[in-house]
Amino acid sequence: MTEPYELTASEIARLVASGQAMAEECVESVIERIHEVESKVHAYITIDEEEARRKAKQIDERIREKKPVGRLAGILVAVKDNMCTQGIRTTCSSRMLENFTPPYDATVVERVKRADGIVIGKTNMDEFAMGSSTETSHFGPTYNPWDLTRVPGGSSGGSAAAVIDGEAIVALGSDTGGSVRCPASFCSTVGLKPTYGLVSRYGLIAYANSLEQIGPITKTVEDCAVLLSVIAGNDERDCTTANLGILDYLSRLHEPVSEVRVGVVRELFGEGTQEGVSKSVWKGVDMMGEFTAGCEEVSLPSLDYSLPAYYLIAMSEASSNLARYDGLRYGYRSPSESLDWADTYSRTRKDGFGTEVKRRIILGSFALSAGYYDRYYLKALQVRTLIRRDFEKALDKFDVLVGPTMPLPPFKVGEKIKDPLGLYMCDVDTVPVNLAGLPAISIPCGFVDALPIGMQIIGRHFAEELILRVAYNFEKSCHLEHRSPPLR
Amino acid sequence: MHCQLTNLKTKLFCSCPSDYRGKEPNTTVCPTCLGIPGTLPRPNEKALEDAIMVAIALSSHISNETTFYRKNYYYPDMSKNFQISQYDGGGGVPIATSGAISVEADGTRVTTRIRRLQLEEDPAKLVHLGAIDTSPYTLVDYNRAGIALLEIVTEPDLKSPREARLFLQKLRSILEHLGVSDGSLEGAMRCDANISLAGGARTEVKNISSFKEVERALSFEIMRQKSLLARGLKVGQETRHWDEARRVTLTLRTKEEEQDYRYFPEPDLTPMQIQADTVEDIRRRMPELPDTRKERFTKQYGLLPSSAEVLTSDKALADFFEKCVLLYKEARQIGNWITSDLLRCLHSQGLEIGESKITPDNLTEMLRMIDWGQISGKIAKKILPEMVATGSSPRDVARRHGLVRISEREILETIVESIFQEFPEAVKDASRDEKAIHYLVGQLMRKTEGKADPQLANRLIREKLQNRVQ
Repeated sequence: MTEPYELTASEIARLVASGQAMAEECVESVIERIHEVESKVHAYITIDEEEARRKAKQIDERIREKKPVGRLAGILVAVKDNMCTQGIRTTCSSRMLENFTPPYDATVVERVKRADGIVIGKTNMDEFAMGSSTETSHFGPTYNPWDLTRVPGGSSGGSAAAVIDGEAIVALGSDTGGSVRCPASFCSTVGLKPTYGLVSRYGLIAYANSLEQIGPITKTVEDCAVLLSVIAGNDERDCTTANLGILDYLSRLHEPVSEVRVGVVRELFGEGTQEGVSKSVWKGVDMMGEFTAGCEEVSLPSLDYSLPAYYLIAMSEASSNLARYDGLRYGYRSPSESLDWADTYSRTRKDGFGTEVKRRIILGSFALSAGYYDRYYLKALQVRTLIRRDFEKALDKFDVLVGPTMPLPPFKVGEKIKDPLGLYMCDVDTVPVNLAGLPAISIPCGFVDALPIGMQIIGRHFAEELILRVAYNFEKSCHLEHRSPPLR
Repeated sequence: MHCQLTNLKTKLFCSCPSDYRGKEPNTTVCPTCLGIPGTLPRPNEKALEDAIMVAIALSSHISNETTFYRKNYYYPDMSKNFQISQYDGGGGVPIATSGAISVEADGTRVTTRIRRLQLEEDPAKLVHLGAIDTSPYTLVDYNRAGIALLEIVTEPDLKSPREARLFLQKLRSILEHLGVSDGSLEGAMRCDANISLAGGARTEVKNISSFKEVERALSFEIMRQKSLLARGLKVGQETRHWDEARRVTLTLRTKEEEQDYRYFPEPDLTPMQIQADTVEDIRRRMPELPDTRKERFTKQYGLLPSSAEVLTSDKALADFFEKCVLLYKEARQIGNWITSDLLRCLHSQGLEIGESKITPDNLTEMLRMIDWGQISGKIAKKILPEMVATGSSPRDVARRHGLVRISEREILETIVESIFQEFPEAVKDASRDEKAIHYLVGQLMRKTEGKADPQLANRLIREKLQNRVQ
């Protein structure tokens, strides 16, 4: 018999709203599952079982009283631990914020709750979202449910792992340079990075503001469309959000995409791409050719410069964003006494931040310094413009662009953590769309040696509806969505 | 110059009230101005309108689009350890550039060019016990954090400390006429003064609390730099701190210790468009500016340009003048009294017109008392300081000090009678010697301590003498 934790959000919503299942049952099933597997996977930093049970009871009561419920009624949502949750600590996987409890809910959390979604807990991540493996967490790594010796990807590794192993029904991640799509690819889930400005960043603890977006991590494309419909849309508290009116990604999801022209981006199959990945994705491309207007190769030469441009911009912004952690108002503070403020700040930041975070702060500060700003930061902005133009050109000719999400399958825990540059290289296929502000979805497209491979579908600005439709059609021809991980 | 936009209801990037003065520390704060992780700035559109209005008043070039930058530095008064500001280097566009302010100083017109005009957030206030260097602790009050500041930077056009003060006065008057900033509020207008002498580097003086202090601080700096140069020593580029109590400047940091602010565009704010329509709309709604008001004062009230200049260099003073004009016809008289005696009085008491208790009612009553012969001009000058200090009416002050003129016939007649008895010799001489009459009048004035109406006294004495002869 299928346990509720194995179901999709769409299935649960139907069962709960029609009274065929109780929200409480679903919650208990997931909580039980957490008790069963969490010790192996370590997807969460904080779990709030009691609040989840209380919310579920309320929902069941409302259904009994025939009162309307939201579209996420009874659905357990795991939230990456860099989104503020009122009353639940929000750590960013950092010692610096180990005991930080925000006084407010992030807009996305507020919207999930308004739709009767239940926040079950806060998921593990790379410290301050800086990493691609969830190994830089102050609370220890998350393990990939498909192979417990391997990483789940990052930085939203906990969210992807929790969704695929049944510790949550859907999850929220954030994607600055691939942090939703990378773990989606490594854990065989669907992960969407929305167009910059589609989803409010209010309450998302910033790593690199001009690049990041919050996005859904789900088992199926339909769930992704549901969750996106809940969280997307203008927010007056984030003036970088666009005002597009009411957004609905579901109603046309099941329609065919036979008119869609697909461009296969040559640069996404660069020299670092492993053969297995390349083969698997090309197989996916062939499959896509059958239900679209056809696939054709296209070249975006500027993508070769996207990795350095991305890291310069991200680190520069990070160096400024993370300056506020000085121990004065909240968060970790060095216990050393009778120091002046400058030394207290230094001591606090030395002990409160991990190595990778400090590396990025130092490099970012350097890139913004007088005399280097023009050479590094401004140059990176110019590259960013070139990349955006290349994408625009390609998306004039094609409706969507595709390629691998990650150049390699999930690697071993500890394999790359000592080699920062090698780890940065893993982001080569995901960072271009963050620089261009475009939407991109990662969707499972196969397995190589029992390890998941993801394919990326990139669309025009605010063309989430189309890429979700293409992804949905692809999912239908792949039949990978109901495979569950062995947890070995 | 940093001017708080005190007319705004809320802070620059959040909806906290901007009226923070006198509030419990850390009560007009929210997650955004406290820099709580995850919060985002939301620009106050009214602040941009204010800035555009000032830009128009300073005849500046207004940008079509303006961008916010982050100015990064660590300091305990910064909730985010960066300040959202604007930047004029490397792609940054302030709200306006190349404006000008003209001041009439000693008959000549001095024009100061404005380099740029921009918005930024005020940092928190640090509170110390006693002096900054001996206080055992520092307290941080974030109520001020995030208040909208308008920064105005001039070109190096000012040639003396006095010109600097006059410039600042004029700027303040302009801002007050526009109604965007109230300079009488403590800390609402602050300035960093830069100064260099021929052959020396530029120094910047911070912590100047008022315009009077600007003049003092700059004069001190000139003296200090001159004496260094005279001894053949170098004036280094540095930032200095004005110690108001000791009236000296002290080194804060040298050029080598200057911060690298690592400016870059604020990614949480989109560039703000300034439409030509908006500018035109604001231009149409512009209130009267000091220069136009000065012009009007000379035409409408027949004031000398110099008095009109003095009056309009302080909005409160010009307002006071116009209130007086409603109560008393002789506008020029009012103007003369305000620009000479009243200002002198205020100055010696260290008060601004707004801080003093004198009212238009009282000042004009005083002028009427002079007209009616109840007090002399001399006595008016005597009672004015008390009117300024206490707000008492001129009649009360004059009475309290027994300064009201004796002009009642019966009283004076009695006094004349007693004088005639006291000085019979003079009375005898008076019939043929004019000097003796003067002598008798003098005696009467002495007896009344100068309060007798001299004309009436003169008449009464002559009448009495004539009666005698007959």
